[in-house]
Formats: sequence, C-alpha cells, structure tokens
Amino acid sequence: MATDRIVGIDLGTTNSLVAFMQGESPVVIPGDDGSNLVPSVVALDENNQPVIGNAARKHLTETPELAVYSIKRLMGRGVDDVQEELKFFPFRLAEDLQAGEVLRIKLGNKTFTPPEISALILRQLKRNAERFFGAPVSKAVITVPAYFNDAQRQATKDAGRIAGLEVLRLVNEPTAASLAYGLDKKQNGIVAVYDLGGGTFDISILKLHDGIFEVIATNGDTHLGGDDIDNLLITIALDDTLGDLGLDLRNNDLRRNAEAVQAIRNAVIEAKIALSSQASVKLDVELPGGKHYLREITREKFEQLIQPIIDRTVGPCKQALKDAGLKPGQIDEVVLVGGSTRIPKVRALVKDLFHREPHTDLNPDEVVALGAAVQANILGGGSEATENMLLLDVTPLSLGIEVAGGVTDKIILRNSTIPASATQHYTTQVDGQANVAIHVLQGERELAKDCRSLARFDLKGIPPMAAGMARIEVKFLIDANGILHVSAREQRSGKESEIQVQPSYGLTDEQVEGMILDSFDSAEEDFRQRQVIEARNEAATILAALDKGKKSPAWGHLTTDEKKKIAKMEKALIAVKAEDDYQAIRKAIDVLNQGTTRLAELMMDSAVSTALKGKTMDEADMGEGPTAPHPMAKAEFE
Amino acid sequence: MRAVHFCQACGKVQPPAPVDYFTFFGLPRKLSLDLPALEKDFYELSRKLHPDLNARSGSQEQEWSLQQSSLLNDAYRTLKDPIKRTQYLLQLEGVELEEQSKSATEQARSTGQVKKQIVPPDLLEEVFELNLQLEELRMQKKMGEDDPALIEEIGRQKLELEEKQEALLRELQTRWKMWDGMIQRDQNGQPVSDEERRQERDKMVDVLNRRNYIRNLVRDVAEVLGE
Repeated sequence: MATDRIVGIDLGTTNSLVAFMQGESPVVIPGDDGSNLVPSVVALDENNQPVIGNAARKHLTETPELAVYSIKRLMGRGVDDVQEELKFFPFRLAEDLQAGEVLRIKLGNKTFTPPEISALILRQLKRNAERFFGAPVSKAVITVPAYFNDAQRQATKDAGRIAGLEVLRLVNEPTAASLAYGLDKKQNGIVAVYDLGGGTFDISILKLHDGIFEVIATNGDTHLGGDDIDNLLITIALDDTLGDLGLDLRNNDLRRNAEAVQAIRNAVIEAKIALSSQASVKLDVELPGGKHYLREITREKFEQLIQPIIDRTVGPCKQALKDAGLKPGQIDEVVLVGGSTRIPKVRALVKDLFHREPHTDLNPDEVVALGAAVQANILGGGSEATENMLLLDVTPLSLGIEVAGGVTDKIILRNSTIPASATQHYTTQVDGQANVAIHVLQGERELAKDCRSLARFDLKGIPPMAAGMARIEVKFLIDANGILHVSAREQRSGKESEIQVQPSYGLTDEQVEGMILDSFDSAEEDFRQRQVIEARNEAATILAALDKGKKSPAWGHLTTDEKKKIAKMEKALIAVKAEDDYQAIRKAIDVLNQGTTRLAELMMDSAVSTALKGKTMDEADMGEGPTAPHPMAKAEFE
Repeated sequence: MRAVHFCQACGKVQPPAPVDYFTFFGLPRKLSLDLPALEKDFYELSRKLHPDLNARSGSQEQEWSLQQSSLLNDAYRTLKDPIKRTQYLLQLEGVELEEQSKSATEQARSTGQVKKQIVPPDLLEEVFELNLQLEELRMQKKMGEDDPALIEEIGRQKLELEEKQEALLRELQTRWKMWDGMIQRDQNGQPVSDEERRQERDKMVDVLNRRNYIRNLVRDVAEVLGE
C-alpha cells in the first residue's frame, strides 16, 4: 500500500472529480457537501476569497462579474483563438492584454490566467482528498481531452503545479474511460469510446488485449460539447425575451443583463436534462426585476435544434475509423462518456454510426475520474486488479517543422504511439552563424499558417564554422503525456546546443513558479483564516455550555470567589474572540476550561444523582458510564 | 542477436543502445515478417520498458525508459508496415529514396523548382490522359458545372489505379522472398556478391517508386473528387 497516495482527477469543463483505487475498484471521493461532482465554477466572495464548486454556483446568478465557468475552454489558447468563445461565454478579458501575452480574465478587480483558475479547482479536489484520507496528497494523474494540443496539455500541467500537485501523468479522457471499462469487463476486443463532454468531443478506437490498452486512432473537436447546446437554447431564449419583456441586451445596464443571462442559462440546462426523460418541458425563468419568461419545449423541437451540433461528431468518428483501417462493423463495443451522451438523440446517432447499441452501464459523469484512478494505481506500482494493465496511447496531431515556402514537413504523424521521436538535421546558411531558428507546428494541413504554432525554438551556441559545415542533430520527443521535448547537439563539435523555447500560448517556467508562490501565500492566509474560524467556533461552544452551566443547580454550589474568576475569564474570552488572533483565542479557551473544571464535575454529579433519585443501586441501571460528551469538554478539531 | 533492453536478473531498464530496428527486436534483416509474433514481442517489451511501469524507478532509469520506449514504438511502427519496412531496410543498405511526398510537390510548386519526378514509363500515357481529365474536372468544379459522366470515368480509373497499387504490393512481396533467400544463403555460408545485392535492392526501389507514384496519383484524384 502506497504511503503517498496518488489520486486520479477528471478536470472537466462542467464538473471535476477526484478518485482513487480502493482495493480492487476505483471510487470517487466526495466533497464536504457529500457531492461527487465539483462544478468547475470559481467565484470570489465578498472578502475577495475564492469559492469553488457548488458554493460558487449561486455567485453566477448573483454576482456574475465575480464568477467564471468552463475555464477549460480557454486553457492553452491565445487571444485570437478565443474570439469564438467570447461571443457566447461571459469571459471578461483583462484590458491591458498585450499581443502574444498569456490570456488573463477578470474576476472583480483581480485578473487570473486560465491555469490559475484551474489550479483553484484542483486545489479544492486536493483538499477533498486530504480530508478523506486524513493525510496530505501531492501526486495526481490528471485527464485531458485526447484531442488537446501541446499548449493545452502544458497549461493543464501548469495548473497542477500551481495547485501544489506533482502531475505524474496526463491521461487522455477516452483512454481513461476505457481503463474503467476494461477493468470492469476484462475482455479482449476493439472498443470505441465516444466522449461528448461540456466543451470537448473525443472519439478513440482502442484494441484491448490481455490488459494492454492500445489506442489505434483518435480524433475529435476541442470546441464542441454540451455548452454549445446550452448556448443555442440561450440564444433562442434571449431572442424571445428581447422583444416580449423589453429586456434590451444592447442596454448599458450590463449587470442586470448578465444576471438575466445566467438565470436563463440555469433554466435552459435544467430543461435540457429533463428532455432526456420527458417528451416536453416548461421553461419558467424568473428574471431580475420579477418578470417571468415562460416557454414550452418539446423533445422533438429540441432534437431538431441540436441536430447540426451533434452532427459535427460524425466527421471525426469517420476519420478515426479510416485512420484505424476499420469498418464500423469491426468495433466490438462502444462506450459512452460525458453528460451529453445522456441525450437520446446522441445515443441514436452513435447507434447509427457504429451499427450497435452503445454500452451505458458506466456512469458517464464519473467514468473518466475512475479510469484516472486506475492509471494512478498503475503508476504507483499497481495492485492485483491492475497488475497486467498498460496504456499505450497516441499523439492526436501530426508534429511538423516549418520549411522553406511556408510548408509543414511532418516529422511525427498523428496516431503514432507515444513516447515517439524523430530526428532532424540542420545546418547553417551563413559563415559563423551562431543560431538556428526552428518553428514547430501541430496539425494536418500542408501550409504552416494553417497549422497550430506550438513553439519557436532557437538553437543557440553553435560553434563558429563555415556556412553549411555545422551538422546539428535535433531530436523531437513526444513523451507519455503527449508533450514535446526538444534536444539538440552539434555533431562535429559534440556540443549540446542550448534551446530557448518560446511557447506560443503558454506560461514560461518562471511565470508558473511565481504563481505557485502567490498561491502559497494565499494558502497561508487561507490556513490562518480557517484557524480563526475554528477557534471562534470552539469559543462559542464553550461559552454556550457555560451559559447552560449557570442555569444548572451546580452553579449554586460554587463559591463567590470561583464565580468571580469564571466571570473574568468569560469576559476575556468574549473580548479576544472578536479579534483574529487565533492563538490568543485558543489560550483564553484553555484558561476558561481550567477555571470551570469544578463546575463541570458538579454538573456531572448532579446529573447522575438526579437520575438515581428514588432508585436503589439494584434498580438503577448504571449503564456503561457517561457516553455524552463532557459538557465542558474540549471540542474535537482536525 | 537482440539488444539488451533490461537486466535479465533484476529487470531494471538499461540505457538504449544505438541499434537498428531489426536488431532491437532481435530479427535478421529479412523482409517477410511474422506479424503476430512481432506484436506479441512489442507488447512484452512495452510491459518492460514503458515509463508508466517504471514510474517509481530513479530518474536515470525513467529517462532511459522514455528513450527505450520511444525507440520501441518507432521500431514497431516501421517494421509493422510493409512499405515502411522495405524503405527502412533499403535505407540501412545505404539507398537514398526520393520521397514523392506531397509537401515536396508543394514546395516545388511554390519555389518554382523542378521536382524530381520518376514517372513509370509504362504508365506515361495513362497518367497523361488522367491528368488532362483531372484538370478538366477542376475547371468544371470552379464553375460549378460538374459533369457526372466525367466523374464516373475518373472514379473508374481511380479503382483501376488502386488495383494496380495492390498488385505492386504483391510484386514487392515476391521481391522480399528473393531478398530473404539471399540473406539466408549468406547466413548459411554461401556468400552473396555485391552485384546481386545491388540488383535486388534496385528491383525493390523500382517497385516502391512505381507504387508511390500511383499512390500519390490516387490521392490527387481523391482530392479532386472531393473525397
């Protein structure tokens, strides 16, 4: 049994979960509200303190400018990429963003990068796990959409680091789901995983063979999910309300409009979910100002509306089958992942595509986290349940280098099993040239401008030579996380070239380091605040018990002197409780505890004697002794 | 002889040796391959070398396992595919293949350079004819007036070309037998002349080039047909 528990985390667009392997099965760790799902919502409360999850949701409708959801949509992206998202999502970008700078969004008067927001969610999950285990947790496996590119993966790793987690592995979501499925079924065959989440779509085709989970092909769309369905419905509702209720979004009254939009969003999501089991549903939204927006939606109408959105999943599925060299009939099982796969129309589409009923045994909301927990177990050395299991995943996008003419030269093809590598040779154009610039891209298109810029590498420190003499060997390695590493060596001199990476959309190591410290500072502050709150609670408990004691007959048995001393201690505690020096509060509690020991004993005695009055020793059932907590006992705390 | 990937005694991963893909799997440089056996070997080696199963080892071993497993994956990917395997072997034998890649074509187009074209002589007439038809269809599509008869005709030719592709693969497999026989003789102590070796190589290069050319043509046709 590992002393250092590794947890599996599903950092989802809509909901996040943390799980671990309990014996032979993975299990989700609930939050302190008892819920398995932590909504991926972050808000700032009235004290500018972060609130995460269910607690943050009410902020979405009450103070929308202090809350954010679906932050995963912004991870690893630049300002230009997110213009689409900005149309439909209330992301407020920082005003002073420079070109090429990492995105920052506004919450109130603070700005955050997407990894920092994700880190807050991860930290909440970390705390949930620590509370559950009663021990620290510092290592995790985190899942990402299979179709996430290098920048998006790096951003996820950065978020983990900012949250104080060592990310041992990034696992692709469909692959993780297949682990949960495979652990359950233990059958060989070809499995397709259809994963339609809140913001991303992935389709992966795997070969399961004696515990080996080999991904053969993967495809997807990182801009497609349940959010798009919601936005479609919201747009319709807004069109309705514009005229009917005189709610003009072009008004300057942004605050009221943002609240209205969030209220509509909540209602629309509820309706969407209801339509999976009902033939029709009545939308009833209470808008700010008291007006009501009422509308009936039938399942038929809903299906008509969402058809173009779910049709977008067909292309990637067909391409994945083509890349795998398989016909739909050769797929043995289709596994559904993601809340959106509960929609009957989606299930019908999947059945149509793969000519079989999809497998719906596993909870589509939890299966990814459970799979991550299985992988966490494997990385931690494995157990009986997982001893034969191994994941062989692939890179979803081809890796290329920009060459003369603005063309991409693909050096590692998509669907190559990872880790994978490629070696390229470069030379100098000019005498004494000391560095060579390399532009690395991801994507399937022929022209560099149509691919995703991953990074620009500068090979520095090339020893002075005549033009064309230098022979620089550059090795590109995609690791098991799907992240690129580059190393270079000038072969004639044997000198390792220094590589300076400019990630196109990411944070540099220094920036991440800086964020960890910031996070730590506020963690210190959070810790202190928690201590104050707990000390105050304990003080309140003991003061209440004292009040009760004053009303009991035992109080009469105290001397005047004792009563005076207790009164003094009580007054001191009340005074210090109002301030925020938790150590002083604790001290005052101790003093009062000691001062009231005799009172407590007397109260105990009188309780016993009252119970015994009128009974003989034989009749009185002495029981097992006091089981109620000592009225003046110290409160239990973690 | 197979490269030593991990210690037989303690199972720890060893630093990767700079070996070719055949040696990595302990295979002779023969072109016919038992694919199920290769897959089995690949899975077994993966279990030993993959970073996931070496996550608790020291950082040096983790580094080695990363290198080893990327080498394993590259080797498997290359040897598994008949064309890649042939190309790889020829490369090991010192042959330089001019890849008729699409990017090379685009590059040539954009820089105005003349691309190294090897048109198989027996296809010259067919290819000429087909290219004319493709140009015509391209123009038609630009004006939005596709002729269904032309599309059907081109589709039919594409099927023929695909059949030719298959036939060339079979021809390649025949050449493999010749090559493997030669290697076997060499191993049995009957030395093979450099000339014979070169001739076998050249034959395979020829088949590959012809097949590549047709494959690229099929790809161009598919693009125009909008597939």
